[in-house]
Formats: sequence, C-alpha cells, structure tokens
Amino acid sequence: MTDSAQDVGEQRQKKDVRDRWLLSAPALVLILAAGVGPLLIVVFYSFLAPGSYGDVKLEFSSEGWFNVLFTRDIFDETVSLADAHFLIFWRSVKLAFATTVLCLIFGFPTAYFIATRAPHNRSLWLFLITIPFWTNMLIRTFAIQEVIRSEGIVNSFLMSIGLISSPIQMMFTDFAIMLGMTYVYLPLMVLPLYASLEKLDFRLIEAGYDLYASRFGVLWRIVIPLVKPGIIAGSILVFVPALSAYVVPRVLGGGKNLMLGNLIELQFGQGRNWPLGAALSVTLVIIVLFAMLYYVRNASKSGGSAHG
Amino acid sequence: MTETRTTGAHGGAIGMHGIKKWFGNFQAVNDVSLEIRSNEFFTLLGPSGCGKTTLLRMIAGFELPTEGQVLLDGTDISRLLPNQRPVNTVFQNYALFPHLTVAENIGFGLKMLGKPKSEIDSVVGDMLKLVHLDGRGNNPVTQLSGGQQQRVALARALAPRPKVLLLDEPLSALDLKLRKSMQVELKRLQTETGITFVFVTHDQEEALTMSDRIAVMSTGTVRQIGSPWDIYDRPSERFVADFIGETNFLEADVVSVSGDKARVRLSSGAEISATYPEGVTPQGKVTIVIRPEHARLGPPGSGVLEGAIHTIVYLGTDNHFHVTIDDGKTFTVRQQNANSAPCGFSVGERISVAINDDVAQILRD
Repeated sequence: MTDSAQDVGEQRQKKDVRDRWLLSAPALVLILAAGVGPLLIVVFYSFLAPGSYGDVKLEFSSEGWFNVLFTRDIFDETVSLADAHFLIFWRSVKLAFATTVLCLIFGFPTAYFIATRAPHNRSLWLFLITIPFWTNMLIRTFAIQEVIRSEGIVNSFLMSIGLISSPIQMMFTDFAIMLGMTYVYLPLMVLPLYASLEKLDFRLIEAGYDLYASRFGVLWRIVIPLVKPGIIAGSILVFVPALSAYVVPRVLGGGKNLMLGNLIELQFGQGRNWPLGAALSVTLVIIVLFAMLYYVRNASKSGGSAHG
Repeated sequence: MTETRTTGAHGGAIGMHGIKKWFGNFQAVNDVSLEIRSNEFFTLLGPSGCGKTTLLRMIAGFELPTEGQVLLDGTDISRLLPNQRPVNTVFQNYALFPHLTVAENIGFGLKMLGKPKSEIDSVVGDMLKLVHLDGRGNNPVTQLSGGQQQRVALARALAPRPKVLLLDEPLSALDLKLRKSMQVELKRLQTETGITFVFVTHDQEEALTMSDRIAVMSTGTVRQIGSPWDIYDRPSERFVADFIGETNFLEADVVSVSGDKARVRLSSGAEISATYPEGVTPQGKVTIVIRPEHARLGPPGSGVLEGAIHTIVYLGTDNHFHVTIDDGKTFTVRQQNANSAPCGFSVGERISVAINDDVAQILRD
C-alpha cells in the first residue's frame, strides 16, 4: 500500500519536473537564440584571422587574443605589453565604478524620498523619474554637452557673475564622461532601490530609534541591510552598461578618452581587426562576470557578519 | 528568579498634563491628564480609535503632543526624540529586525548605547533566560514562532533597562491559549524587573487580569481611571460599564442619600441601596448598573424585580438567564452551576430577581 503510494508520489514529482521544463522552454529557447548563440559567434570570431578589408578569414589564429594584451612592433616584430589597452580597461572600470557610486549617492535619497510619499503620490514621482527615458540617449548626451562645454551654460554663467575669468575645460575629460553616465543611468539605480525601499517596514525604523539608534545608526544598521537586494540590483544595472558605454564617452570624452566600448567599435570599424574586436568583447564579458561575482559575494557576506 | 533584577526606587513615573493631539482636522486626544506611578502595571483600555495608541506613542516620542506636557519622573520629555528617552516599546507587530539573530535583536539597544561587548553579551544571556529562550540566541528571528517572537520583542525592549516599558497591544496576534500564558508571563516580568509597564489594549479581560490600574478611554478622552475592581464594580459612566463585561442598566429614582450610599426606587417600586461615583450628588432620575452575577433568581415575590424567563443560555460553568421584567426591559442574571444538575428553571416561568447588597452603582449623567 505504501509502495504504490510512493509510486504515485514519484510519478507526480516526475510530472512536475517535466511540466516545469516545458513551461520554461520558450524562455530557454529565446535565451539560447538571442543570448548564447551570438556570444558563441563572437567567441568563434575571436579565434579567426582578420580579413584585409574587415570581416574574417576562416582560418585559426590566436593573434586576436594575443593583441588584447600585447602589441608587435611593425618594424622589428618586438613584442611589448599593450599599454594603451590596459589604460582603457582601467579607465573603463574606474569610470563605471565611480558612476555606480555616484548613482547610489544621488539615487538613494531620491528613492527614499519617493518611497516615503503618500502612496497615491508615488506613481507621479516615479513617472517623473522615467521622463528622461522618453528622449533618445544621444540627444540627452548632447544636452549635457551643451551644459558643460566651454561656451555652455555653466561656464557662461560663472563668467557672467565674475567667478571665473576663462572657461573651465570640462568637455573631453573623465569628469564629463562620469557626469554624463551618472545622468543617463541614474533612473536604473532609482527604480530597483525604490522597489526595495517601498517594501521596507518603516516600523522597523521606529523600533531602531526607540532602541537609541541615531539617524546614521538607523540608516547603517537597519535600512541599508534591508534594502541591500535593491542596492545590488541597481549597482549591477548601472555598472554593466557603464562599463561598456559607447555613446557617452564618444560624445563627451571626444577621441582621446576612450572606453572599452569605443575601443571595440574601433576594431570593427577603422581598425579592421574583427578578431581583436571579438576578443576584446569577450574580455569585457569576463570582466563584468568577475566584477559581479565579487560584488554579489561580498555584499551577501557583509549581510551575514553583522555580529558583535 | 534567575538573577537579582529587583529594584527599589527605580523611577519611571509618567505624568501627562493637558495633552491634546490633532492629526489635521481630526482630534485624536482631547485634553488628557493622568499620572502613572512608578513600578506599576498601567493599562490604557479602549476601543480602536480612542486615542490610546496615540498617547503611548507620545510617551515613546514617535508623536509630539499638539498641546500639553509629558513628564518622566518630573522632567519634561515632551520634545525629546525617541532615542533620547529612557523608554522602550514592544510593538504590536513586534518589529523585530529580520536581518539580525535573536541575540543581535536583544542586544541592539545596548549596542546603540555604546555598551562594551562583554556587558552586552551578559545582559543578552540574562534576557534569554528571563524569557525562556536560552540557547536560541543564534537563531534568525524569522524562524521563530509567534509566541517566541513576542518574547524576543519583550527581551529586546527590556535589555536596556528602560524606566518605562510601553506595550502596544502585544498579545493581539497570539492565539487564545498563548495569550493567556503570556498574560501571566508579562505580569511576572513586570514584578521581577520592577519597571513601569504601560500597556495598551482593547481587550477588557487582558486589562483586568494584569493591571494595577486601568484608564478607560473613548473618543480621545479618559473616562475613568482606577483599579480593575473600581473599573468593573464601580464604573462611573455608561461607556465604562458597557465596555467592560456584561451589564444591566436600570432606570431608578433617588429616594435618599446618606454617606457614600443612596436609596433608589426601581420601576417595580422596590428600593435598593446603591453606591455612586465621587463628585456626584445623586438626585431625581438616575441610571444604575448591576452586573449579571450580582443578581439571583427566586420564586415570585422573593426579590425586587418580577418577570418571566425569556431564554436560558448554558455556558458550562454557568447559565445566563435573560429575564423580561414587567416594565418590558430585559435583565440578565448569571448563576454558577455549582451542582451537577439542571438549573431548575424553565423558559416562560415566572420568577423574581433578587439583587445582592451594595452591588448597584449609580452612573454619572
């Protein structure tokens, strides 16, 4: 009797497993076709030789990957480290990280503000946050350019009140890229933060004050640990596109201050070195992957070790 | 008793003077003045929306009075922030920090006060024993049952040794059996720690069981303050008598007053003696209250009210007799089933209701 009951239970379980696979099949197919497939093509290209006028030749070559890290002198074939690439890698990670931190600093109070409004007012504030999305990113970036260029609004204002005598050079600097990216990606930080803060039980904040916590104590020991999922989600949503940003560094950084995205574009365009471009793309994916692993692991660790 | 937590003059007397609180156009508290003595178990009792929780939150510092003063041991604390008041709260939903363990929750207040780790650890250990959660210190609070969470919330609020502990309907989420045992538990904790407890509830039984004194509130005002006995047996007005327990209201005429008692004539013409609230001079038509258990049934002519039994409700421990008295009103009599036998009365039977001596109370108009 118990045996047959067990059989029925097992069959049920098998059916459940099968149903679950069937139900997720459309999503899996889509991910394979639109995500994994193209990535495999890029990986494949990175191991081919460059064609003379762009494109690739169907023969194996590790030159693409070699060129990610090293350069070969065109005259005497001596090999040296590709300093320029490292510089761009470093600048990309640095700027993406700084952008994430800035978005967190500006986004957290914004999200907190919205989450503490009366429920029927919140959707209005959220709506206002999403307004920039209605405009093309390129146009928004040009708007930033208009604000910070030498004859732009900021400089002409500062000069008209006599605070400075000659314009401050803001365009084509890392500052300009950071400013632009923070502006463009801020909503991506605010929205997940808001989602977390909105679920926060504000009675816990009262309990914190009741138990002698200062404002900072409540923020640091209660609010931040509880909205950590939102902070992690927002940081990923900002860091990943910031690391591979193309438009903002192109417009606000000019030709000099390249980021990874621009470097990759260069290889597929003027550089006519598709394998190198493909290898750089894969490198970018790997950097993002490790950055995320490191971040998520660290974030969850500090949550569990709030002892003592 | 696991440790010596008994205290002598620990302080913790609360004074509220002329408290008014407006939320926009809504007046939640209307001119409340009351004194809560040091080391007492004081209950604010009333239906929802009567302003009891608002009063509690003004002692905690979560709300500021629009007018009036809150004093703690004679010092004005009305304008202090919650984290500046030596007062802790047990919240209705417990409000435990879900990301911290049991021990971290209990130690939170002491940690925020900057106490050394060794002291925190020893107090947390004592607290875990006090609320019978020894060995559960490292559990996440989210894995505890409702009753256990309740005890963690208590321990967390008691750990910093507040002068006053505020409890906002802390038992309302528990099932009946657990609620009963927690009532005993709370009373024990209050006696053992010697901390002033201010307890908010809408449950009259909870209030009667645990309190030293009760303030009955309705529509933002305090209706009566007194011991559970005062509140139950000597209600001063209709709201209090009606809110606490079952009650019979009767119309009567005052015949004479002598000392603290008055003679009143019932609709049947019979006269009984009744007590009356302080500051009232009984005269003319009055309403008196008589509790169902303070009356007895007898053969016609033996009591003060004549009537017929309308319904009999059997409750195991006792019977409720709903009697239609001859002036048309209904009067309830409650008689204990002292013997294991039928009650001896039947529906429709003509009977007489006798009322015990000194149980009737005249209400303020």
